[in-house]
Amino acid sequence: MSHQHVVYLDNNATTRTAPEVVAAMLPFFGEHYGNPSSMHTFGGAVKAHIDQARQQVADLLGCLAEEVIFTSCGTESDNAAIMSTLRSFPGKRHVVTTRVEHPAVLNFCQDLAGRGYEVTFLPVDRQGNLDLDQVAEAIREDTAIVSVMWANNETGVVFPVTEIAQMARAKGALFHTDAVQAVGKVPTKLSETAIDLLSLSGHKLHTPKGVGVLYVRKGTPFVPYVMGGHQEHGRRAGTENVPYIVGLGRACQLAGERMLEENTRVKALRDRLEKGLLQVEATMVNGDPARRLPNTSSVSFEYVEGESILLMLSDLGICASSGSACTSGSLEPSHVLRAMGVPFTAAHGSIRFSLSYYTTQEEVDYVLKHLPPIIERLRKISPFWARQQARACATPGYVQP
Amino acid sequence: MWEYTDKVRKYFTDPVNVGEVEKPDGVGEVGSLACGDALRLTFKLDDQGKIEDARFQTFGCASAIASSSALTEMIKGKTLDEAAKVTNRDIADFLGGLPPEKMHCSVMGEQALQAAIRNYQGLEPLPSEEGEVICECFGVTDQEIERVARGNNLHTVEEITNYTKAGGGCGKCVDKIEALLAKIWSQPAPQAAAPAPPKKKLTNIQKMKLIEETLEREVRPALKADGGDIELIDIAGDVVQVSLRGRCAACAASQATLGQFVQTKLREFVSDELIVEEVRP
Repeated sequence: MSHQHVVYLDNNATTRTAPEVVAAMLPFFGEHYGNPSSMHTFGGAVKAHIDQARQQVADLLGCLAEEVIFTSCGTESDNAAIMSTLRSFPGKRHVVTTRVEHPAVLNFCQDLAGRGYEVTFLPVDRQGNLDLDQVAEAIREDTAIVSVMWANNETGVVFPVTEIAQMARAKGALFHTDAVQAVGKVPTKLSETAIDLLSLSGHKLHTPKGVGVLYVRKGTPFVPYVMGGHQEHGRRAGTENVPYIVGLGRACQLAGERMLEENTRVKALRDRLEKGLLQVEATMVNGDPARRLPNTSSVSFEYVEGESILLMLSDLGICASSGSACTSGSLEPSHVLRAMGVPFTAAHGSIRFSLSYYTTQEEVDYVLKHLPPIIERLRKISPFWARQQARACATPGYVQP
Repeated sequence: MWEYTDKVRKYFTDPVNVGEVEKPDGVGEVGSLACGDALRLTFKLDDQGKIEDARFQTFGCASAIASSSALTEMIKGKTLDEAAKVTNRDIADFLGGLPPEKMHCSVMGEQALQAAIRNYQGLEPLPSEEGEVICECFGVTDQEIERVARGNNLHTVEEITNYTKAGGGCGKCVDKIEALLAKIWSQPAPQAAAPAPPKKKLTNIQKMKLIEETLEREVRPALKADGGDIELIDIAGDVVQVSLRGRCAACAASQATLGQFVQTKLREFVSDELIVEEVRP
């Protein structure tokens, strides 16, 4: 596929590394190989760069540097947040989360449910939104932790996490949010919220894969689950992954500088893409358009199957994702779309486009030019489309949706 | 990313025999929208009794489209007896192999072919409602699992899932599949079965049960997804009376929804004679 330009619209899966980030990392693969824990100046000099990175992350999150723990990835952060809380409050055996979480939280909680914990998986409505009354009702005196993602990776729907964090606090439960998709796109002034724990992932912010952050509010009980040395104030042992930590710091700085552009230029491109794709008949957007990340669009093309669309896009150099069963390997369509009650006709034909700072209008227009003919081609093959058309024609007064 | 052979990619990107044969001699339909893949196969015989033309319409992934297209190529020029011998493995082999997780696409091809031949012979599609349903998510029976397991020498639940989808949904039936496999492989293969007899006429109780199951499995989830619901009011002979609730009831297109969708489903799964009538609550 190297023969053609890659149009990368799969940034909720992972992002292109920023050249500035790679440049910041390179010296730490080479000459600056010291151990930040060493007593000598050679190692100690490296520690200063980790401290700087920690401050850069804190600046983006709106928190204190000492509240930032570097981890290996978003999944580790999610697991550590929930596990630590359950260990801190052994008498509380109830957990609240949602049905649309990333597997890093969802599967962890499903595992808990099989280990004697009670887990409430909150439903979402057709638009992908939570019912806040239902959230409030679900939190009980014996709830140890409420874990609700900040923004959904498949639809981009943003949850009111600051309000839910208040509800949790009022009942004496800790609040964790998987903010992997939200950080850098949604302002996060954590010091002004009741959020106790937050996960972020480097590779969604233009850092290479292999680094994440767990934010732990000062004063929040924390029990480490990687034990060993005193790194990260004893909260996450293991010699620091220096190049990646430095890279993530730089990436957070860039994200802060680019957040406005994400919410203006990138958002406009997303809207342009979506508007263009909705011109294709029997097409719908998944997720509340009024409460979404600026970069994400989940579009369903009814009566065609997502993997087929992706493969044809891929041949044109266009990268996207699908919530169809065939792409997940699980034989069932996306748990997020199913939780929202998206009909099967649409869930199997869902395509997620996720843009980034690097997306151009030329790329969006390239997709708009090539995708509609692909849908038309696949619908010609689909038995359901033919039937749908026949039905439409046979219905008096039927107007094409 | 699936590892597809060049031949799979070719038959996906440039499928041959797309569409429907005019005035077909045999029609076979398997799968459903809910399952994520479906295939409609039509063929026409020449005066020598050989398959003169075969065409397909497929909703599904790349390997489903490629398997369908390959199937039409493979059966053209064959007599029905010859065509009936084409198995899912032949389809996969023709394509240079399929990823293990995608073998069910070739099974779908074989099923559609068998259904089309049965249709030509004036028989019901596939005797799939015979036997006990093991996987409720995908409606796979013990007999279907046994047939595919023996035909492809499958010994693990994972293989069964790859070939039939059974066990790939909620996963509740995994233990049942395991037990079934143990039973299958501890017994000798059954004698080559004579062509299955035409489906027995349903008793009234069987028919009612099947209608209820079909509404529950095929119709209600689709309506609920759109904020509506359906209730079975009465069954009198071949007339099925239903009532629509919620958004469906208020929907101007409800008549069309019923006439087409519910009736199509009930005819597909229960009996061609059924007529659906709406009753206002």
